[in-house]
Amino acid sequence: MRRRPVEPLVWLLFSGGGVATALFFPILLFLFGLAFPLGWIEPPGHAHLDAVLGHLLTRIVLLGLCVLGLVHWAHRFRYTLHEGLQLGRVDNQVAIVCYGAAVVGSIAAAYVLLFTG
Amino acid sequence: MMADTITLDVARYRPGQEAEPTLQSYDVPLRDDWVVLDGLNYVKDELDGTLSYRWSCRMGICGSCGMTVNGEPKLTCATFLTEYAPGPIRVEPLGNFPVLRDLVVDIDDFLDKLSRVKPWIVRDEAPVSEGEYLQTPDELEEFRQYSMCINCMLCYSACPVYGIDEEFVGPAAIALAQRYNLDSRDEGAADRLDVLIHPDGLWGCTFVGDCTRVCPKHVDPAGAIQRYKLTAAMDTLKSYLLPRGRR
Amino acid sequence: MTTNRSTSFDVRPPAYRPRMSLWWWLSKWSYLLFVLRELSSVFVAWFVVFLLLFVRAVYQGDDQYQDFLSWAANPFVVLVNVVALAFLLLHTVTWFGLTPQAVPARLRGRPVPSSMVVASQYVGWAAVSAFVFWLVVGW
Repeated sequence: MRRRPVEPLVWLLFSGGGVATALFFPILLFLFGLAFPLGWIEPPGHAHLDAVLGHLLTRIVLLGLCVLGLVHWAHRFRYTLHEGLQLGRVDNQVAIVCYGAAVVGSIAAAYVLLFTG
Repeated sequence: MMADTITLDVARYRPGQEAEPTLQSYDVPLRDDWVVLDGLNYVKDELDGTLSYRWSCRMGICGSCGMTVNGEPKLTCATFLTEYAPGPIRVEPLGNFPVLRDLVVDIDDFLDKLSRVKPWIVRDEAPVSEGEYLQTPDELEEFRQYSMCINCMLCYSACPVYGIDEEFVGPAAIALAQRYNLDSRDEGAADRLDVLIHPDGLWGCTFVGDCTRVCPKHVDPAGAIQRYKLTAAMDTLKSYLLPRGRR
Repeated sequence: MTTNRSTSFDVRPPAYRPRMSLWWWLSKWSYLLFVLRELSSVFVAWFVVFLLLFVRAVYQGDDQYQDFLSWAANPFVVLVNVVALAFLLLHTVTWFGLTPQAVPARLRGRPVPSSMVVASQYVGWAAVSAFVFWLVVGW
């Protein structure tokens, strides 16, 4: 039987994304999505954030989080559609849309994080 | 005071006569030491000899009396009537399998999948004169948990992935593949991986985890599948990174 | 002998083939929790978008950063983020809970108990969260 070596690699990225998002996303969403906009915590000044986000290491870590998070979403959501809505017959199309969106999103993330600011 | 009887709503399917199963009610004695299977045997012996179902050992070893009890896959020999008092108790065939008659399902598909993963020790045999294959207690411990599987198919009944896609190899077969892969005497891991690295093998599983929850022998098929995925993924990664000879 | 079932003397009557309902995931708590767990990925993707919008606003300057904060304070966005946080926490808790089952941990050749694996993940989570908090807020 022929091996299909792509699936295992996507699964590794999915798992890596699962770990990374589990560790980083709750605190980031709490701070930037709720605590700062609603004033629970005084939002940091622009100069401070600009300095943190200006550092190359921050940009690379955030890019890694974005790419892994998007692949994690694409893989999981593809299978959720497969099982939740029983879309197995159009799995190829679903896969193209999901992984395609992750690739486009990753390129956008790289553009924002590496080539602006 | 507990009532002295309990109602069993039993799925009946008479092929050729009915298009789909219907429920039929029977009142059976409610006794502390009776399991659902005892209730069915009472129906068969005393009330309705036409009821069909499978059973053998009555002690959770043969794996043939699996049925769906109030929506959950159960070994009926290990499920007490009193757990469901005052009833009624709905007894249906195992889910996700074709129903042949009443509570009897067609298990051919499972047996076919089981044999595909070669659940036996694969090895270039040495002559008997060279002695037995030795194994330490630690090596035994590696796979002992998976060797507890009794092929009762409750995990297949609980698995929505198998229910949706019949091609999925399924929990017990993969757990048993792991049982032999992890056996220090076995040399068949590469053969089994060829079967299971296929999209209908390992990767169909999304870790719903219900197989592990319903397993009466605590085999943990869901864990076995994820661990196998990790092994398969690392293997694939190595095949990309290492030169051919070093794999 | 072939194992094909349709040999001439096999007059087996038709089996009943149950079909999985489209709503199977509502039939049991364990299935519903599974589907909610998988849907947490949608909010992972949402937060990636939100994070990139935030980063872009900071790179564009102080005014855009203030605009972003007031946009994020609008009740609709807040509602989305409250739901998203709930799902992200579900993701973290379920992911940590399933890890010991999926990855056999060993220390000096001995298997590590599941509770230790789960506990060490929560310690790691606390450390990461504290570091991010310190880096961003400064105290």
